[in-house]
Amino acid sequence: MSTPIVEAVDLTQTYHVGGGLFRAKQPLHAVSELSFSIAAGRTLAVVGESGSGKSTLARMVTMIEEPTSGRLTIDGIGAGRENWATLRDRVQIVFQDPYGSLNLRHKVSKILAEPLIINRPNLSAADREAKVREVMALVGLRPEHADRYPHMFSGGQRQRIAVARALVLEPKLLVLDEPVSALDLSIQSQILNLLADLQERLQLAYLFVSHDLSVVRHIADEVLVMYLGRPVEFGPKEQVFAAPRHPYTKALLSATPSADPRKHRNRIKLVGELPSPLDVPQGCAFAPRCWKAQDRCRAARPELEGAAHRASCFYPLEQDETAEGQPA
Amino acid sequence: MTDTAAPVRPSPLAEFWRYFSENRGAVIGFWVVVTLLAIAVLAPLIAPYDPALQMRDKTLLPPGWVSGGDWSHLLGTDPLGRDILSRLIHGARFSFFIGFIVVGIAASGGILIGLIAGFAPRWLDTVIMRIMDIILAFPSLLLALVLVAILGPSLINAMIAIALVLQPHYVRLTRAAVMNELPKDYVTSARVAGAGLIRLMFVTVLPNCLAPLIVQSALAFSNAILDAAALGFLGMGAQPPTPEWGTMLAEAREFILRAWWVVTFPGLAILITVLAINLMGDGLRDALDPRLKRS
Repeated sequence: MSTPIVEAVDLTQTYHVGGGLFRAKQPLHAVSELSFSIAAGRTLAVVGESGSGKSTLARMVTMIEEPTSGRLTIDGIGAGRENWATLRDRVQIVFQDPYGSLNLRHKVSKILAEPLIINRPNLSAADREAKVREVMALVGLRPEHADRYPHMFSGGQRQRIAVARALVLEPKLLVLDEPVSALDLSIQSQILNLLADLQERLQLAYLFVSHDLSVVRHIADEVLVMYLGRPVEFGPKEQVFAAPRHPYTKALLSATPSADPRKHRNRIKLVGELPSPLDVPQGCAFAPRCWKAQDRCRAARPELEGAAHRASCFYPLEQDETAEGQPA
Repeated sequence: MTDTAAPVRPSPLAEFWRYFSENRGAVIGFWVVVTLLAIAVLAPLIAPYDPALQMRDKTLLPPGWVSGGDWSHLLGTDPLGRDILSRLIHGARFSFFIGFIVVGIAASGGILIGLIAGFAPRWLDTVIMRIMDIILAFPSLLLALVLVAILGPSLINAMIAIALVLQPHYVRLTRAAVMNELPKDYVTSARVAGAGLIRLMFVTVLPNCLAPLIVQSALAFSNAILDAAALGFLGMGAQPPTPEWGTMLAEAREFILRAWWVVTFPGLAILITVLAINLMGDGLRDALDPRLKRS
């Protein structure tokens, strides 16, 4: 495999929240010791329910926030605060909500030109315009759309504008923060196909954050499952979907709706809520909701173990179990 | 391209006018303000007499329709024999001049400080807002009086004082709007694109905060006129013989019982102007505040 575009080692983000005049602030571990790497032209999907640290991860990779500890390397350059300015044009982001991610007071042409004005100050106005037209064509927008305001577009078209804005700097890594979950199903597939097409043509690396497993199944190469800020399972898409090893992954997969009504599903219903990230249980964070948990799980935290397909569980699911496992 | 295009919306201006014209009072206020503005601009052409011209043989002449009145002085004359209508017409110039300058100073200063407070770290934000709270805690006219007493009575100093008093409202509004906008994704994406602080403040965020500020400016405009008239009445604003409405009231105070018209017409002028601007401001708020929109 070629050198990865982005490489993260033990990425950790801790916030300090609450607190007052007489009360100390509490640490909140949003993301803990997360390691991954993405090569050019590959997609890493990050899956997890709300509060699992997906968005924090996206904010760290896009250099909006500095990780508390750990190492992040983008395109071979350490992504410390001192290198942010040089790395800006390598990483761009597409947000979930196309209604909130575009500045309503700016025309499309201005929205798309802004990254160029900031990062390529030497570019002439004519070249800038040419570049804007080029990306618009790339994402399937017509030239006359340039003079319109975002409120004149539908959700799918706005998301195309957002993708175009991300691409105008020719980045190497695109962080996609649930880019289709706010769209209609029919528009979703259009945007996903556009993204897949662009990846192939421009050899982009994608960090795809989502909670929608059917979308992930469509677009991912590798899947990283997160639970409460920690990775619980990592592996190639086919293996994770066909043979999940962590009970949480299995529960997630069993919750995905299926289009085939005759197919029998063993829906695993998890009991309880996601524990508060301010008060993470000792041992495995998933233990209170896990049907396989034993004393060992509540005492110590399992590490992410394995070769290509890794899971952090003391009692990972076996092959036969994952095929037709019946939870207790 | 198979995405369906959203139905073409009317231009922002047309949409604004549609919401604005739903409020009849606002439309009336708008036209009154436009008329007053035209009068102010064209004052030397419209006014029948020089506002400072003293006709000693015609002091305290009643309005034209009252017995003993003279139709050549429609609204009568003041104790020094100056034509009241001409003075009122010229006074409109001062009122709008005061309004524009005061709102200009208060808005530019207030918006700048508000932006800084909205973007600043917690401690600086707290320091700025506590200072603004202190200014707001003073009765505004009293604070303006103190400032004028320090700076010396003149129209310019009165305007500076009023601008300082009105400023905290802008600071609070701007800060609140900025804090509302900051967590939105378009701001984050500008950050990811590498936008610096100045660009974030003025290009990205400020245009999205303007609606409440425009409304505030309309209302502050009438406040400024009112406060300037009050300062003028107390002898702390424009100095005689300036035909400023508040100053006119003050000059004629001792003749209230003998000649009602010398105080009635300047008072009416202030009342109508302020009322019209406030009505227009209400309409502006209805049209610009998205929370009040029904769509």
